[in-house]
Amino acid sequence: MLNFLARRLAQIVPTLFFVSVLIFSLQQLLPGDPALVMAGEERDPAVIEQIRHQYRLDQPVPVQYAYWIKGVLVGDFGESLRNKMPVRELIAQKLPVTLQLGAMAIIIAFLIGIPAGIVAAVKKGTAWDYGANFFALWGISTPNFWLGIMLIFLFSIELGWLPASGYVPLTENWRASLAATIMPAFVLGNAIAAILMRHTRSAMLQVLESDYVRTARAKGLSERSVILKHAMRNALTPIITLGALELGTLLSGAVLTEQIFSIPGFGKLIVDAVFNRDYAVVQGVVLVTATVYITLNLVADVAYILVNPRLRG
Amino acid sequence: MTDAVLAATSVTDAGELDSPARRARRRLFKRKAAVAGLLVLIVFILLALLAPLIVPYDPIATSWSLVRKPPTAAHWFGTDELGRDILSRVIYGARASLLAGLISVAIALGIGVPLGLLSGYRGGFVDALISRITDAMLACPFLILAIALAAFLGPSLGNAMIAIGISATPVFIRLTRGQVLSVKAEDYVEAARALGNPDWRIAVSHILPNILPALLVQATLSIAAAIIAEAALSFLGLGQQPPSPSWGSMLNAAQRFLTQAPWMAIWPGLAIFLVVLSLNLLGDGLRDALDPRQR
Repeated sequence: MLNFLARRLAQIVPTLFFVSVLIFSLQQLLPGDPALVMAGEERDPAVIEQIRHQYRLDQPVPVQYAYWIKGVLVGDFGESLRNKMPVRELIAQKLPVTLQLGAMAIIIAFLIGIPAGIVAAVKKGTAWDYGANFFALWGISTPNFWLGIMLIFLFSIELGWLPASGYVPLTENWRASLAATIMPAFVLGNAIAAILMRHTRSAMLQVLESDYVRTARAKGLSERSVILKHAMRNALTPIITLGALELGTLLSGAVLTEQIFSIPGFGKLIVDAVFNRDYAVVQGVVLVTATVYITLNLVADVAYILVNPRLRG
Repeated sequence: MTDAVLAATSVTDAGELDSPARRARRRLFKRKAAVAGLLVLIVFILLALLAPLIVPYDPIATSWSLVRKPPTAAHWFGTDELGRDILSRVIYGARASLLAGLISVAIALGIGVPLGLLSGYRGGFVDALISRITDAMLACPFLILAIALAAFLGPSLGNAMIAIGISATPVFIRLTRGQVLSVKAEDYVEAARALGNPDWRIAVSHILPNILPALLVQATLSIAAAIIAEAALSFLGLGQQPPSPSWGSMLNAAQRFLTQAPWMAIWPGLAIFLVVLSLNLLGDGLRDALDPRQR
């Protein structure tokens, strides 16, 4: 186990290094003189010169990278061009909002996807199975920003049940907070529910054909206990890893969902930064996202080993 | 395993001698969902190709007397905030979406497959380097990477395609590499090497044809993802620029007028949904048809 952990950690280091190089080199894609782009409306040569010096644009690219990564390693991502706030603070401010949204989305996805997958497998070939498969296809094929707009139309404009946009922190007023986040969380969770359903279904189908399930049935156990106790426990183990892998879908989805519901989270931060040409923020957000993603994958791998006794060495 | 495969194939084609491609095509046409997907897709491709001939109105002609009119006999899908005909814009929007799907996946294939072949066939340092870069790209969520790239490249449909294409590349590198590793040890590759063929010829004429089915399935599913990504970038204003119609930017405008003109939101979204759904159906069908061992 320790060996495995050490090996996985050793793998992460070069990956993170390449991620940082990749994100840093995005800057090289900027058309024209980056100092001019960063200056925006400002055309005073002295100011542009100052920007060039401040961001070390007058030095060779590898030197620029070295300075940048030196800052990043101690949590200094530079500062936002727009409001002069450190990027780190901006991220710390917005991340909890997206985490709440993401957690709710994952809960919704598991609550829909896993039962639907189990029912589809147990009642294979029936209307239940077709219904669940149709739901999965629908979930995978619906663009989440369209679903968001349609839900706003139905639940906010037509029925007036839920607020169309905005965000209230959970600590301030939990009811208002849930009301504001339930629609976006559903939009985010929907696609993941579809993927979870498909995987749960195929894992359950495989397990239901296995010898030990046949034994459990032969013992005269009730079908309920065979499915819930024997089949489900084994079928769901790989789903843990899948949950972590879908985090990328979640973060990508959050960008659009937060935009549609005007939720001041991580996704909105990157979109606003893109439009304000606030490149330090864009780089910081992508780097943090990638790091979180890599870390969660590691956690999922470890969790997978912990719940699967055969893999414990 | 080989025995099982041989047995399976001889049962399915009942002794007939036909090519794997023909057999796969027959299996594909037996799946109703995949055929339905293919038909819907063909309709959209025809709409995109024939757009100038079939649109009832000019998609960018504005009319102040027709601002935000609900669907009528003259304007089946209604009109938008500038009095433009939504049906015509949806039809023209198919061009931007399908083109973006095709070109970005072509970019991803064009970069990903050669790198994957190189990485899988060569191994060693080249493989390690390419694999680590692939890992790094896969660590950035697809859409976030595409948005970041599009942001730095500047907003336009062309740049959106490049951004989406690059973001979709690592999947193809990894898929090609994995496939190469699994066929590299096969006897026919060994035989080709023994005959003295150069590496590049082995990779291109012996390995590549054998991994085409897997690439085709992945490409179909990736086109679906690329179309959603293009719509997302256009929705955010990073793709197709106004006044040219695209489904994503139409949805962006629709959200602003959701209370007054809800019909503006229905059609472009439905179009994206239908195209993506049919590509997913086709992709699933292709996977079953090309690789009966899966599932």
